[in-house]
Amino acid sequence: MSNNNEKVLIKGNYAIAQAAVNAGCQCYFGYPITPQTEIGEYLSGKMQELGRGYVCAESELAAINMVIGAVSTGVKAMTSSSSCAVALMQEALSYACGDELPVVLVNVMRAGPGLGYIYPAQGDYNQSVYGGGNGDYKIIVIAPSTVQECIDYTYKAFYLAHKYRNPVILLADGLLGQMMEPACFGEYPYPEIDNSSWALTGAKGREARAIYSLGPIESKQIERIERIFKKFELITKNETDWEEFQTEDAEIILTAFGSMTRNIKAAMKVLREKGIKAGCFRPITLNPFPHKRIEELASEGKDFVVVEMNMGQMFKDVKYSVNGKSNVELVNRPVGEWLRVEEIVSAVEKIMEKNYAASI
Amino acid sequence: MGKIVIDNSRCKSCYICTETCPKNLIKKSNKTNRLGDYMVEFEDSRGECIGCAMCAKRCPDMAITEVWR
Amino acid sequence: MQQVFSIPKSIKKDSKYTFCPGCDHGIAIRLLCEVIDELGIQDKSICATSIGCSVFLYDFIDVDCIEAPHGRALAEATGVKRACPDKVVFTYQGDGDFASIGLAESMHAAFRGERVTALMLNNTTYGMTGGQHGPTTMMGQITTTSPTGRNRDYYGYPAKMAEQLALIDGCAYSARVALDSIPHINEAKNAIKKAFQVQLSGIGLGFVEILSTCPTNWKMTPEEAHVRVRTDMVKTFPLGVFKDLSEGGK
Repeated sequence: MSNNNEKVLIKGNYAIAQAAVNAGCQCYFGYPITPQTEIGEYLSGKMQELGRGYVCAESELAAINMVIGAVSTGVKAMTSSSSCAVALMQEALSYACGDELPVVLVNVMRAGPGLGYIYPAQGDYNQSVYGGGNGDYKIIVIAPSTVQECIDYTYKAFYLAHKYRNPVILLADGLLGQMMEPACFGEYPYPEIDNSSWALTGAKGREARAIYSLGPIESKQIERIERIFKKFELITKNETDWEEFQTEDAEIILTAFGSMTRNIKAAMKVLREKGIKAGCFRPITLNPFPHKRIEELASEGKDFVVVEMNMGQMFKDVKYSVNGKSNVELVNRPVGEWLRVEEIVSAVEKIMEKNYAASI
Repeated sequence: MGKIVIDNSRCKSCYICTETCPKNLIKKSNKTNRLGDYMVEFEDSRGECIGCAMCAKRCPDMAITEVWR
Repeated sequence: MQQVFSIPKSIKKDSKYTFCPGCDHGIAIRLLCEVIDELGIQDKSICATSIGCSVFLYDFIDVDCIEAPHGRALAEATGVKRACPDKVVFTYQGDGDFASIGLAESMHAAFRGERVTALMLNNTTYGMTGGQHGPTTMMGQITTTSPTGRNRDYYGYPAKMAEQLALIDGCAYSARVALDSIPHINEAKNAIKKAFQVQLSGIGLGFVEILSTCPTNWKMTPEEAHVRVRTDMVKTFPLGVFKDLSEGGK
């Protein structure tokens, strides 16, 4: 990868790993779990070659706490894992939000609940967006849909984490992690953030700093929580990201996140060929979620079909955004093989018929 | 010859010092702190303190802030 | 006259301990700060703190601190040290934090031979929550969750961490000390210093288990509690240096 502008054929997991290196990630801590193990494998050699930090941790619990330790000194650090093991990290994510630390976590989703299996799924929407940790906190969640986006959003994850001092989850899935696509690394496109006002570097020529979430005084804890939520308001204003295709004249909008976006784009084309005015809407940041834009589209009377590989986790958020202004339907499969384009098309056709019948 | 300085605002009246002083120069006083516990006092009218600092080393609250010898 | 004792510089000015009367935490923290002062490492030290009575450490010491979730101090210390190998990194935990909920993190930091210093206060009970049975509770000891005393059938045996750590290749120094008397306090300080020196010379992890009192939950006066340490506790937890890979060590 000598020339960063060259297109290379690369697997999603390796793309994320190399992007982390390019972004200046100083330390990687991880524990193997399919389907993301290649990230740790790649970085074990790369980080040692570059003289950076690498630990194959004793557990995911330890791994994410090592990240907390590393980022508390102001450096970029990350861990990666998958679904059931990310569940183990929820405690630390709550701490990282309370501590306001720039933790970066890559979750290459697999099937659940419990051990589930190693085939891909999108069942961690709730775990990522709503979190499984204690207390009120918010995490930035970005969902890539191509290997190129795995690179772009890994860069972005590090940038946003440090810009806002908030944990960021890059929510990929087993499909993306394991597939190969041409992609271009380019250079890390963001400015470096100055962490010197809070990072722990030893109390040299200044008072000692302590980073903690402990709140023995109620009013102070209220202040802390309000600061975190105010910060997230700013993140919502500045960083909410989505993409949409042919929504202007659409009657029905297919909505998906992550790699399912690929199939709804294809399904939209087929539907258009069949004379159905379909559009596509894809939230890129799942948190902050593009509630406002969905509400606008719903206000224009456009119906939504949410396509996802879970039992309707994002569906609830779309419904919340639409708020009764139009119809929202779910097309889903819990886990496993991605819904095929033809399956989506026929499901949408059925929904159109049902909606049409209901309207006469 | 030695002397010690007691910061009564740090003292929690555990009385470890009273049992540690080899010359028995630290005693429970009649004065109470804000918790109502009897504070300790250092009384050395005959100049017996040897400044061994054992009281300070065993005080869990660093209430004996200085020892001089 | 010459001043022979003063409050260590690494103790935050005007900070006052919030521990119960007679609690040995105060002595342990003072010794830690005396060592930091003597080694001249205050401005390059970073501490990963713990949960329990030790949680307020950052209110007392003038050293950069990162809060760790319960038991994760040595994982965070690992992260800090790997990110900044030139810093002096240490943890200060209770027995519940180190030997129970955080046992995996503690042992693996030693297996990896992390160049950090780990201090564990052993007061045989969970102090902050009111004196429950913990990993280090002695046989027969009565606590709020071992009302008839620790017995083999329901509770098993106490964890002896200093001996365990000494068996690990990555652990360069392991000692058990007590704070019940002046000679023991002096030995404790020497041990803490050694545990930092093995980190500074890059040999491996330095560990000190500090036998400590919990007069409140033991329902004893501070002096009675110290008598228990020297007569009873040392039988289960013998004092001594179990491993010392530093020059001149054993």
